[in-house]
Amino acid sequence: MKYIDEFRDGEVAKTIAGKIAASVEAARRYSFMEFCGGHTHAISRYGLSDLLPPNVRMVHGPGCPVCVLPIGRIDMAIALALERGVILCTYGDTLRVPASDGLSLMKAKAGGGDIRMVYSTLDALQVARDNPQREVVFFAIGFETTTPPTALAIQQAQQEQLSNFSVLCCHVLTPAAISQILESPEVRQWGTVPIDGFIGPAHVSTVIGSRPYEFFAEEYRKPVVIAGFEPLDVMQAILMLVRQVNEGRAEVENEFSRAVTREGNLKAQDRVAEVFELRAEFEWRGLSVVPYSALKIREKYGAFDAERRFHLTYQPVPDNKACECGAILRGVKRPQDCKIFGTVCTPENPIGSCMVSSEGACAAHYSYGRYKDMN
Amino acid sequence: MADVKRGYVRPLDLKHGRVDLTHGSGGRAMVQLISELFARHLGNDYLGQGNDGAVLPAPMLDGKPARLVMSTDSHVVSPLFFPGGDIGCLSVHGTVNDVAVMGATPLYLAAAFILEEGFALSDLARLVDSMAQAARAAGVPVVTGDTKVVERGKGDGVFITTTAVGVLPEGLELGGSRARPGDAVLVSGSIGDHGVAIMSQRENLSFDAPIVSDTAALNGLVAAMLATGADIRCLRDPTRGGLAAALNEIAGQSGVGMMLQENAIPVKPVVAAACELLGLDPLNVANEGKLIAICASANASALLAAMRAHPLGVDAALIGEVMADTHHFVQLSTAFGGRRIVDWLAGDQLPRIC
Amino acid sequence: MCLALPVKVVEIDTGTAGDWAVVDLGGVKKEVSLALLDDVQVGDYVILHVGYALSKLDPEEAAKTLALFSAMNESQLPA
Repeated sequence: MKYIDEFRDGEVAKTIAGKIAASVEAARRYSFMEFCGGHTHAISRYGLSDLLPPNVRMVHGPGCPVCVLPIGRIDMAIALALERGVILCTYGDTLRVPASDGLSLMKAKAGGGDIRMVYSTLDALQVARDNPQREVVFFAIGFETTTPPTALAIQQAQQEQLSNFSVLCCHVLTPAAISQILESPEVRQWGTVPIDGFIGPAHVSTVIGSRPYEFFAEEYRKPVVIAGFEPLDVMQAILMLVRQVNEGRAEVENEFSRAVTREGNLKAQDRVAEVFELRAEFEWRGLSVVPYSALKIREKYGAFDAERRFHLTYQPVPDNKACECGAILRGVKRPQDCKIFGTVCTPENPIGSCMVSSEGACAAHYSYGRYKDMN
Repeated sequence: MADVKRGYVRPLDLKHGRVDLTHGSGGRAMVQLISELFARHLGNDYLGQGNDGAVLPAPMLDGKPARLVMSTDSHVVSPLFFPGGDIGCLSVHGTVNDVAVMGATPLYLAAAFILEEGFALSDLARLVDSMAQAARAAGVPVVTGDTKVVERGKGDGVFITTTAVGVLPEGLELGGSRARPGDAVLVSGSIGDHGVAIMSQRENLSFDAPIVSDTAALNGLVAAMLATGADIRCLRDPTRGGLAAALNEIAGQSGVGMMLQENAIPVKPVVAAACELLGLDPLNVANEGKLIAICASANASALLAAMRAHPLGVDAALIGEVMADTHHFVQLSTAFGGRRIVDWLAGDQLPRIC
Repeated sequence: MCLALPVKVVEIDTGTAGDWAVVDLGGVKKEVSLALLDDVQVGDYVILHVGYALSKLDPEEAAKTLALFSAMNESQLPA
């Protein structure tokens, strides 16, 4: 597979690992947050931490849209299926996230909810066309990568006058989340979560470009290196961050230059701006309420907004007391620091969303890395 | 006026006819379905006895009484017809394989059908013919069966349950609890083919991939492997849950760990590409014509040679070894020299966006 | 966070139903929407996510990046 296999070459990985080892200053500790769940997954799956020197630590960030979805939002989706009889279309990632009353979308399906997994908004539109007498709701999650397809689906629905189609919009924004982390007391005041730099998300950046990160570099003096998803991309980005830290620079660098430009995909950005606007605030699991961090559907497309159509109100639901997903998403704790990790909370019986999504820090650690805790 | 033959029964309309509720009710309609469709394809002397149960000779091997091995499997695969096979041949292969991996020679099959009202007889005939061919190729006749019909909407076209019995020679003890540190782990060929072939047919995962299910009866391959005299501890067929599930099961049963080499595990490039697109790991994807073998390391090369000499084992590979581990982890050494666990999944793998 | 892959465009169909392409990844073909991109040609590589092509892959930049991994003395990449 071209442009994939070359970026997974084990021999080249050793070369880069050697350069990282040569670049780190022995007495210094480096702590980098990989914001994006895809990077968390790559690091675990390829065992990249084994290749890093001991004074370089990776902190997992909240860039997993499933992980940051609060229970109350899943409850809304479940209620639509079980109480309002809609056909609920959702991406596979959300099906097992635990919600209230011991339910998840998967369990609601077993309980009679018409919940269908789709690979794309295109499939959801087809379900609406095939079932004109039923209401069809698409559960839209994801960061900026996934938002343009939802925008297009809504515009397509309007064009076709597909009046039985609507969207439950839970799209969230990357820069707002990064701000929230940088503003958090652990990072800003107490220094208990040292973050020396960020690995910027790969595919979000193809849409929004590298420009939005310049603010963080300037305002907070933290370097950002946008990295592709393959393991060599991640290794190279870590090398670039180490060098920036050593040289006292705080710039935005683009390792993923084969797909990311400074401006991003303007056509996609325009479509999103046509259909969505900012919510004043939105609750994120783990980060609590964050201003201007999520999107809602504009009045102009209000007919396709499930929250308006079904008069839904958001009820915040607290997480299970023992669940440390919040702290883990902020990098304050590691999965193994959570008292119920691996015992009460496992992929078979997840308590929190970090254990459900294959990119959640807990799931990644449990599936790939927990042997390290054992000895 | 033409003479009507005595006892004339209008034959089933196999081209346009459909299963209806009378076919399952035990009356003449069911008898006709059995004789004109099932027996026509599956027929043999045992089935021809026509009684409630088939009378079979006492199990013997080389003139001596042998132990019986029995296994049963229900088949609910959807779609019913997929590239490389269908639920009919799958139901024969799957259960024959379960007996074969015990080291037993499969002898007889039983097949029970649950048919949905409205199911096309032409499709049923195709499936039963496929089953018959699979049974003949494996040398394992279907000696008894059952048919039931459920109302439209209460079945998925057809469900098939097959049971196989076989005979096991004295002294042969294969089992998941017999793996020991130092043993070799082998696989008979490329992994993930069946699961991806199935997924390529599901409507909401629309890609057009030249991937064909590997469904096959493995009793011939097993016989060739046993004939080498190698000290084989365990054989298993990695169906649902893939290689990861099967190896984790064995690790747990034997109280050991394993270390696999990522580069050694055979995966067809097109299967790898399809798994990339869906965000799946081939290690967790079902196989229906492959087996895992754990054997004493001294016998690994001879066993591998015997597997590669057999048509169903040409891509056989040594993929790792068993090691002592109180946590029973199955680990993978990645191309990067990093290590990770090969875990078995909580549920089915779901395609992901993240 | 977003499972997206570089795939090769092997066919393009611009019709009344919008812009579609058939892409190929290692022998697996899939039909995807080009609605978020302009100016895509057969032979281009695009990044695919949830059924849509999100951006074009720049082969020159890809080659530069690969060379950088293996080089001994490199300078920073511009943003």
